[in-house]
Amino acid sequence: MSELEETKGSQNGDQIVMPHKGGRTWIVVAALVIAVGVILAAVLSGGLLSSGHRKDSVALTGAGATFPMPLILKWADEYYNKTDNTVKINYGGGGSGAGITQIKDKHVDFAGSDAPLSATDSSTYGLVHIPETLGAVVVAYNEPGLQTLRLDGPTLAGIFMRNITTWNDPAIAGLNPGITLSSDQITTIVRSDSSGTTFVFSGYLTVVSNEFATLYGQGKSVSWHDAIGANGNPGVTQTIKTTQHSIGYIELAYAIANNVPFAQLKNHDGNFVNASLETTSAAASSATLPAGDGDWSHVNILNAPGASAYPIASFTYVLIYKELYNDQSKMNKTAAKALVDFLWWVVHQEGQSYAPDLYYAQLPSSVTAINEATLNSVTYNGKTLR
Amino acid sequence: MNTYEYRKLKNTLASGLALACVILALIPLVYILAGVVVKGAPALSWEFLTNRTVGTGEPGEGIGNAIVGTLLLVFYASMIGLPVGILTGIYVSEYGNNKFGTAVRFFNDVLANFPSIVVGLLAYALVVAYLNVGFSLIAGSVALSIIMIPIVANTTEEALRMVPNSLREGALALGVARWRTVLKVMLVSGRAGIVTGALLAIARIAGETAPLLLTAFYSSYWSFSPTEPIASLPLTIFRNYNSPSEVLLQQAWGAALVLIIIVLTLNIGVRLFMRQKTKKSKAVRMRWMTRLSRRD
Amino acid sequence: MASSKGSRLRGKPLRFGGDRIFEYTVMGVATLTLALVWLLVVRMVFDAQLSIERFGFGFLIGGDWDPNRDVYGALPFIFGTLMTTGIAVLIGVPLSIGIATYLSELAPPWLKGPLSFVVELLAAVPSVIYGLWAMYALRPVMVDTVEPFFQSALGWTPLFQGDPVGLDKFTAGIILAIMIIPTIASVSKEAMMAVPDSQREAALSIGATRYETTRIAVLTYARSGIFGACILGLGRAVGETMAVTMTIGNANRVSWSLLDPGQTMASLIANNWGEAQGLQLSALIEVGLVLFVIALLVNAFARIMVGRFMSRVPATGGGL
Repeated sequence: MSELEETKGSQNGDQIVMPHKGGRTWIVVAALVIAVGVILAAVLSGGLLSSGHRKDSVALTGAGATFPMPLILKWADEYYNKTDNTVKINYGGGGSGAGITQIKDKHVDFAGSDAPLSATDSSTYGLVHIPETLGAVVVAYNEPGLQTLRLDGPTLAGIFMRNITTWNDPAIAGLNPGITLSSDQITTIVRSDSSGTTFVFSGYLTVVSNEFATLYGQGKSVSWHDAIGANGNPGVTQTIKTTQHSIGYIELAYAIANNVPFAQLKNHDGNFVNASLETTSAAASSATLPAGDGDWSHVNILNAPGASAYPIASFTYVLIYKELYNDQSKMNKTAAKALVDFLWWVVHQEGQSYAPDLYYAQLPSSVTAINEATLNSVTYNGKTLR
Repeated sequence: MNTYEYRKLKNTLASGLALACVILALIPLVYILAGVVVKGAPALSWEFLTNRTVGTGEPGEGIGNAIVGTLLLVFYASMIGLPVGILTGIYVSEYGNNKFGTAVRFFNDVLANFPSIVVGLLAYALVVAYLNVGFSLIAGSVALSIIMIPIVANTTEEALRMVPNSLREGALALGVARWRTVLKVMLVSGRAGIVTGALLAIARIAGETAPLLLTAFYSSYWSFSPTEPIASLPLTIFRNYNSPSEVLLQQAWGAALVLIIIVLTLNIGVRLFMRQKTKKSKAVRMRWMTRLSRRD
Repeated sequence: MASSKGSRLRGKPLRFGGDRIFEYTVMGVATLTLALVWLLVVRMVFDAQLSIERFGFGFLIGGDWDPNRDVYGALPFIFGTLMTTGIAVLIGVPLSIGIATYLSELAPPWLKGPLSFVVELLAAVPSVIYGLWAMYALRPVMVDTVEPFFQSALGWTPLFQGDPVGLDKFTAGIILAIMIIPTIASVSKEAMMAVPDSQREAALSIGATRYETTRIAVLTYARSGIFGACILGLGRAVGETMAVTMTIGNANRVSWSLLDPGQTMASLIANNWGEAQGLQLSALIEVGLVLFVIALLVNAFARIMVGRFMSRVPATGGGL
């Protein structure tokens, strides 16, 4: 290229740099290298002593739903302490879609998803569903001065289909007598990533609105019309908090933990209910679940019957392979056992006791029983681990 | 107003406009640095720098493992990127006056043009998936080294090219072997430029986020194993920038402050150094500036 | 000049034992670099095959990105990239040239050095930090002041429809502008400083004002260098990922309004890589390929522009 000709030019107009012994270059470089080396050495030795880089130290990686993420991270931290810093569980979020893809590709050891696998996926991949907690999808909003809001299914669908565009639309006003609503435009906030929360929410809208079912349908990704997309439950929560006149769908725990108001919804029986641990559990009381390795694609507790049942409740699942050994994964037997033991701890009282403080509902004992059977059937190289 | 005064007025206006541009551009810089300092400083404490990134948002979050993670990622990336980059630069400058050398230079330029997210995507396809290493420190380092190699190769070539021919010819005339000439004479006199390039490349990859997103994943623990996911400062920022949790947001700002201190210290140090050591012709400085300015 | 061919004494060049090892080692590593690039490009094209075969040329003009129906088209993202880089260049170039002019022509000598230094430093700030700042410092300003202003003034155009929420192509464009200013300004400044003083003196000697001198002598002479600098900045804006992902609002559709959320090619990859499998992953990689090709072409063009300027600089190295 043309620079080649410039070589001659570099001599003219340059000051000739004579090489000389010593000079500051080496001192600077040496100082940097020593500094970095000292830091690394201090940290590594400290790390080796305290955080247990022991022979039986295990690192498990998971990705997926942000719906249960605060709880999973809490479990990971508590379990790390409980096992004397030997079992490290990394959970990377990313949305249910990413979790499912990554576990199918075997890049992670477990996945989190609020959306169950499709029937084909269930039969193709040897994955099992392990519901680890219950949550609710709430309709959070940021409308100055609006303390309480009541909505029903069709109205909610109308808002997200952008048929209803202002806060004082007659449909909304009709459900909230006595409350003055502004004429501001509603900004809808949705998930930009492939999400189980979207799956649950769109599932509910499909049930309550034929128009939504026809135009949009249920899915982890929905082609929402005219909405702002944010990443993960945290992203949507923060976007709602920082965007006036906005409304979006997030998991209950995020709304409460971050003081974001959410709407009361009209449930199956016609009552307006607030999302809470009790109303979530009420929705799950009539659920019938298949065995861990069965087809979960039709499992849902949406619009559940019951006087106090919250209409958009959902289980959320941990997905792992039934047979944990395969050529591709790097999971050794210790890690496999650690994974199964961790999940056992999670679905029983020891793990479940952390749920209420973080605003997640505990699993009904019937579900725990199913999980026990599932975990007991998980194998490594053909032999069960429990 | 006669023509002369009109021209004088235009002159004053134009000068004022130019100055206004400078001030306008400086405002974001000052604002950004001030913002990071103001929001990040409250987070800094010894605990913050030595605790790990738990991620639950409870008090007691820290960025210790992220700092170590960034250091390790940069370290491993440099172990690959520096030798490859420097040797490539030496080749192109010393032995590269042929078709092959031109090809190497061309391909190096192509490499420099990969947007960092595409580098990440390819590292994901190759290292994480195809080679089945999984999300890991190694995968992250490989991605970073891909970004590093063209920068180091370019600046090495530049530095060596600037060493006057008289030195090279003198050594050869004295009967010094070619390889010794390069190692002892060229590298030594070009070392300022080479070190500069290396440090600038290091500063650049320390702040890269996109490639790490797809390769190093993230870790909430003190993990140093090459085949495990690892935390890093840029990813700590990206994970938490949109978090509704005050504690986690604070963690992001704290990480931003530490990162910007590291990156700016390296850059300021290196550029101060560069200005003292070498004076280049204007044409060469332009080339240098073009090469360094090219990032995504 | 490197003297592998140069030391043409009578007969063959003098060679010592170590020479061969060294040369081959160095050549080997250089080949490694070449092989690496080849590997990356081939891998990218190979992985994109599935999508290329399925959608063909229509991929570039397809406006639908729908994982549910497994239909993918890159138009919304090409559009988003064009819009955001367009804003960035529109705002960034004039500001940069103003800065470069000031630094090169007008600044007092004691200020020139430190100020140039500071401008170059801006280029070193990691983009994720720009994004973080944009979320909490830039966005409120956009929502409260800038966007309503533009909407009231230009709301009748299709460019400023919709609600100013702050997470849109406009904000992304502005943060991009801030990010490319140091690049364009630094290189332009160098181009302008490389203009021989003889040109300036000639203009001054016939009575031109400072402004006129700059316009006639410097800017004209340096124009290909400045143009190259702008293209370089454009190249940087095209591939920018993090700051854009954090501010653009993540909407996978074409929309003319700057106040609407959008998506660029880079931010699409950053958002969807984790969940993409099979055809979607292939389509995503194809988007990466398009992005790569655009960045390559833009930067090659910049090099030619700057290179053309360089050849104008006389062999004396630019001084009188």
